[in-house]
Amino acid sequence: MTVTHSTFIRRSLVEPEPPPIARQGSLIFTRGRLLDRPTNIALTALSAMIIVLLGWPTVRFLFIDAVWDGASRVDCLSETLGREVGACWPFIKAKLPQLMYGFYPESERWRVDVTYAIGIMLLVPLLIPRVPGKAPNAILFFAVFPVIGFFLLVGGVLGLPHVETRLWGGLLITLVISFAGIIFSLPLGVVLALGRRSQLPILRALCIAFIELWRGIPLITVLFFATYMLPFFLPENWRIDPLLRVLIGVVLFAGAYMAEVVRGGLQAIPRGQFEGAMALGLGYWRMTGLVVLPQALRLVIPGIVNSFISLFKDTSLVLIVAMFDLLGQLRAAFADPTWAAPTTLLTGFAFAGLLYFAVSFGMSRYALFMERRLSSRALHTS
Amino acid sequence: MTASEQSIRSKTALGATAADSVRTEAAIEIAGLNKWFGSFHVLRDVDLRVMRGERIVICGPSGSGKSTLLRCINRLEDWQRGRVVVDGVELSADVKRIDKVRREVGMVFQQFNLFPHLTALDNCTLAPIWVRNMPRKEAEDLARRQLARVRIPEQAEKYPAQLSGGQQQRVAIARALCMQPKIMLFDEPTSALDPEMVKEVLDSMVALALDGMTMLVVSHEMGFAREVANRMILMDAGQIIEANEPNEFFAHPQHERTKLFLSQILR
Repeated sequence: MTVTHSTFIRRSLVEPEPPPIARQGSLIFTRGRLLDRPTNIALTALSAMIIVLLGWPTVRFLFIDAVWDGASRVDCLSETLGREVGACWPFIKAKLPQLMYGFYPESERWRVDVTYAIGIMLLVPLLIPRVPGKAPNAILFFAVFPVIGFFLLVGGVLGLPHVETRLWGGLLITLVISFAGIIFSLPLGVVLALGRRSQLPILRALCIAFIELWRGIPLITVLFFATYMLPFFLPENWRIDPLLRVLIGVVLFAGAYMAEVVRGGLQAIPRGQFEGAMALGLGYWRMTGLVVLPQALRLVIPGIVNSFISLFKDTSLVLIVAMFDLLGQLRAAFADPTWAAPTTLLTGFAFAGLLYFAVSFGMSRYALFMERRLSSRALHTS
Repeated sequence: MTASEQSIRSKTALGATAADSVRTEAAIEIAGLNKWFGSFHVLRDVDLRVMRGERIVICGPSGSGKSTLLRCINRLEDWQRGRVVVDGVELSADVKRIDKVRREVGMVFQQFNLFPHLTALDNCTLAPIWVRNMPRKEAEDLARRQLARVRIPEQAEKYPAQLSGGQQQRVAIARALCMQPKIMLFDEPTSALDPEMVKEVLDSMVALALDGMTMLVVSHEMGFAREVANRMILMDAGQIIEANEPNEFFAHPQHERTKLFLSQILR
């Protein structure tokens, strides 16, 4: 056996080359990923079958067999049309004002539209990262807009007639509760999460008790309590608006959940970040506001948005306390004998489903976009 | 001189060494410092007096309490017995005093502890703006000067994750310097770095030493220690074992523990 003593000295360095051209194209994708092995071919076929079996009837119901024009139930009956009938869209068209505004007086509905318009005008530039002036924009949206919205919708000032909240309904109620829930539950959650991690024993105990109490009861119970029980505990002349009571209940409930989400983020911040901030002389509030929360909240964006989405959908529970949100109005509309056709029920729920889905999916995608954008700076290195 | 100050002197006689080359006011006075982590006695009767402009390198085996001692100086750690006076302010549980001391004492950590959501420049301007209430423009000028001082002015707009370990540690040094501290503490500043990056960080620290900064450095970089230290300290089991002027410390260690330690790390 010979041992070769090998010495190696590089004479010239290898220059970097561009990578080999990737094989792409739909044909290569199909062959390589979908049809490359017998099991994959079977799975592809099965998936395609499921998509067709579920998708085709949906498309037929929503579009092909759907009725687009009509004045009453008669236009949506298969007896009248002599064919199979899908969605009865004239029903939605006829009921749309109710679904949007509830019993908000017709002459005053422009106020709702104006509120929406202001909200959208403030929200859109806030969501687009390139648009400058985020700080004043955020103040306008989160602090000024709720006040303007309140006075516009409630009225009683500047010659606007007062509109009682029991007349509000439909999408308006859904959006008001969701918006209030979202913008107030996050700060409440942050405060509770910080309190729960506080060094002060009484404050910490209070926060834990609060969070656990609200997490321990179902939202329906909260709504019931706020609507029917609370008035018994308050003095006679202390009449709080029913919608406001529900709003407070929803905010406290969502805030408790948000607190746990935020706490998860706070716990993920390494000790070194606190020490680095403290060593610079930043006190508790500056350390929390400038160093800890910006990182913690970024980490829990998925959890925060998850809470927002579930809050948005949970607003439909207010039906239980006789508030007619989008779904509530829809169910009221089903009772109208003018539109009692076999497919109105499905049409109504399809419409509501699409609306809820559009909003929830939008939130989810936007959160994903923000997450990618923020994590492109790769938060932690070590 | 008060009685307690005299007792510090008589107990340790640390103030006498290398004191000629530095001004004679004490920047830091530590007396009878005792600290326990649970039942573990991590600092045991530590007395130390650091003069203005003095540069001390502390070495010792891991778990000897050297980092803990350093962290007591800006009260990142509290203690059960003893006193620490920094720049004339005695540290206690009083938050105002702690913040006052922290404003004057810069600290550099082993793991850098840069804020990952801020650029190098914003890392540097954060404390001047929010603690010193400096106008943003002025803070940015200051930050750029300090980044130039550690020789990375071109990295100002980058995020920590985009920088090498050595660059990150130099940003951390610049960040501490932006508070224009009177004292700098370095807690194993090169231990987490790749070997090729150690020198660039040490160079920045040498430059700082040449500018007359009061420095306490926990480090095992003996070359650095020989070059800049006025005084070497060996700690073991929570106590100062030996303190001496570097040439003597390396050439003629007195205590058996020091001899053993040096034989372990110097080959």
